[in-house]
Amino acid sequence: MSRRTVELTLSTSGLDADGKPTLDPLGIAAPGRPDRLAGEGMMVNIGPQHPATHGVLRLVVELDGETVVRMIPHVGYLHSGFEKLGEYRHYNQIIPLTDRTDYLAPMANNVCLALAVEKLMGIEITERCTVLRVIACEMSRIISHIVWIGTTGIDLGAFTPFLWSFQQREMIYNLQEAWTGARLTTSMTRVGGLMADIPEGWAEELRGFTRNFPKVLDEIDTMFTNNGIWCGRTQGIGVISAEDAINYSLSGPMLRASRVPYDVRKDRPYLDYETYDFEIPVGEHGDVYDRYRVRLEEMYQSNRILEQALDRLKPGPVNVDDPRVILPPKSRAMSDMEAMIYHFKQVMEGIKPPVGEVYMGVENPKGELGYYLVSDGTAKPVRWRIRPPAFINLAALPKLCEGALLSDVIAINASVDIVMGEVDR
Amino acid sequence: MTTESPSVPALKEALGSAILRAAVVCGDTIVYLARDRAHDVLAWLKDTPDQSFDYLTDITAVEYRDLERPLEVVYQLRSLERRADLRLKIELDPQGDLRVDSVYDLWRGADWLEREVFDMFGVTFTGHPDLRRILMWESYAEGHPLRKDFPLRGHFSRAEQVRRALSLQPEEHYSPEELELVARRLRKDDTGRVPSHRGGRA
Repeated sequence: MSRRTVELTLSTSGLDADGKPTLDPLGIAAPGRPDRLAGEGMMVNIGPQHPATHGVLRLVVELDGETVVRMIPHVGYLHSGFEKLGEYRHYNQIIPLTDRTDYLAPMANNVCLALAVEKLMGIEITERCTVLRVIACEMSRIISHIVWIGTTGIDLGAFTPFLWSFQQREMIYNLQEAWTGARLTTSMTRVGGLMADIPEGWAEELRGFTRNFPKVLDEIDTMFTNNGIWCGRTQGIGVISAEDAINYSLSGPMLRASRVPYDVRKDRPYLDYETYDFEIPVGEHGDVYDRYRVRLEEMYQSNRILEQALDRLKPGPVNVDDPRVILPPKSRAMSDMEAMIYHFKQVMEGIKPPVGEVYMGVENPKGELGYYLVSDGTAKPVRWRIRPPAFINLAALPKLCEGALLSDVIAINASVDIVMGEVDR
Repeated sequence: MTTESPSVPALKEALGSAILRAAVVCGDTIVYLARDRAHDVLAWLKDTPDQSFDYLTDITAVEYRDLERPLEVVYQLRSLERRADLRLKIELDPQGDLRVDSVYDLWRGADWLEREVFDMFGVTFTGHPDLRRILMWESYAEGHPLRKDFPLRGHFSRAEQVRRALSLQPEEHYSPEELELVARRLRKDDTGRVPSHRGGRA
């Protein structure tokens, strides 16, 4: 374990030992330099602290001139051991951990965990809860995609749409905060229901947002879609064919931009998504530009879903009437013996699903998020596996970047839409 | 809810002894495979036209709290065309030889997934071209974090963990492949010396 020492020459270039300028005859300073440079690879290390890697991602790139010959990504700098922590927690206590994986779509992660445990226990959630969860998922999709468009624009030199998109994000965050009390760590679902119903007047505010939002999307569309610089930087860059995209297990907009119409909301519907009227935008070329188009179009579709969900929102209970999973009202717990016992058992022992295992996949903004839960009948899962879409999409980055220019690596990496909290977990 | 996937009888007919048993849990079909023939089964499922499980959703592993139970490597497959799912498992002895065949040659998506299972559980995937740790760093010496004999705070004391983190060598931040790249560059230098900005002067 010896430290490596680095020897530095403590002299200035062009000066001799006495500090006087050296006299080099012209032409002999670097004989044979063109030969030495030819065919010489260069290794460049990008990150883990670099604004364009969108978090603590580190890329080691071997270059030939400006062309990427090989790329080796390094992940794990944000590894927090969520899956291990989950094995030591009750099911409802895992929900705060899900916030911190894909932190650009915390509500969608919360929904996925609740759905997984409900599938394991065979619980049917109420109608109002289903609609509210759809609203939560689509709000998350808009947040995630709008942040993506803004930051990717910045990566490629467009600053204005970033301001527009973050203004819209702020509006959604205000709504999210009014509902859940938090901008980021929402923890809004519970097994069998929600942490809270939406507050008074909230639905009208969301409706106001859905009315205005397409206009902002139109502006972003005008700014980017036919913009010469944007097209030049994104079209034909980072192309992956449909066959390869499937083989690399890509999901979400990454897969759909390559002309594969796989969307969990349509293919394995949950939360009654099959009853909503919306389209799955699919790209043609599988390049960065198509990924942008797919995400932009998805936000219009999410807006449509939000409008439909608001129309369906009927008064009613949010939580299921099941004393195994939902705490009785405080007033009953204080006055009724049976309710108090249920309260005590849930708080002290936790929810106990039967022995079994379940895989629940949902369409998150980044792709297919899957929670695989294995229960041995106790209140804590034996295994809580996160199928992280950003991690699996990121694994294809070397394939996308090889042969591209170094400056395109920034565009391609941005187009994968990674969140390191989820990649590293 | 409790219907078995139609792939199970087809599998039993085509590959017989490679299929140990099948079960239906929470509506999902689970097929248990013999370790030595698991790769054949997965390849058959991928390439047979009326199965066409072309999409590898996930690879993971499960170790149970009951140490008598085997450690399971879990494959979650999806047929995009037929909209069908299938879960397959290989059972391994947690104290024994944790070795299965890699499916990297079938699905490139298995690359990082298998590396993660190796990192977290210590399962070796034979035939994987670059099987090294992914979430933990190369020189991590405390074992495989998701194993049940791994304590939540790790095997080493906090002081030992800090000491090791601080004494990491610069080389340990690079993969062997990258170190080889640097070594090759240095070897290629025709003067035999490390190039400097005044390399031309005798």
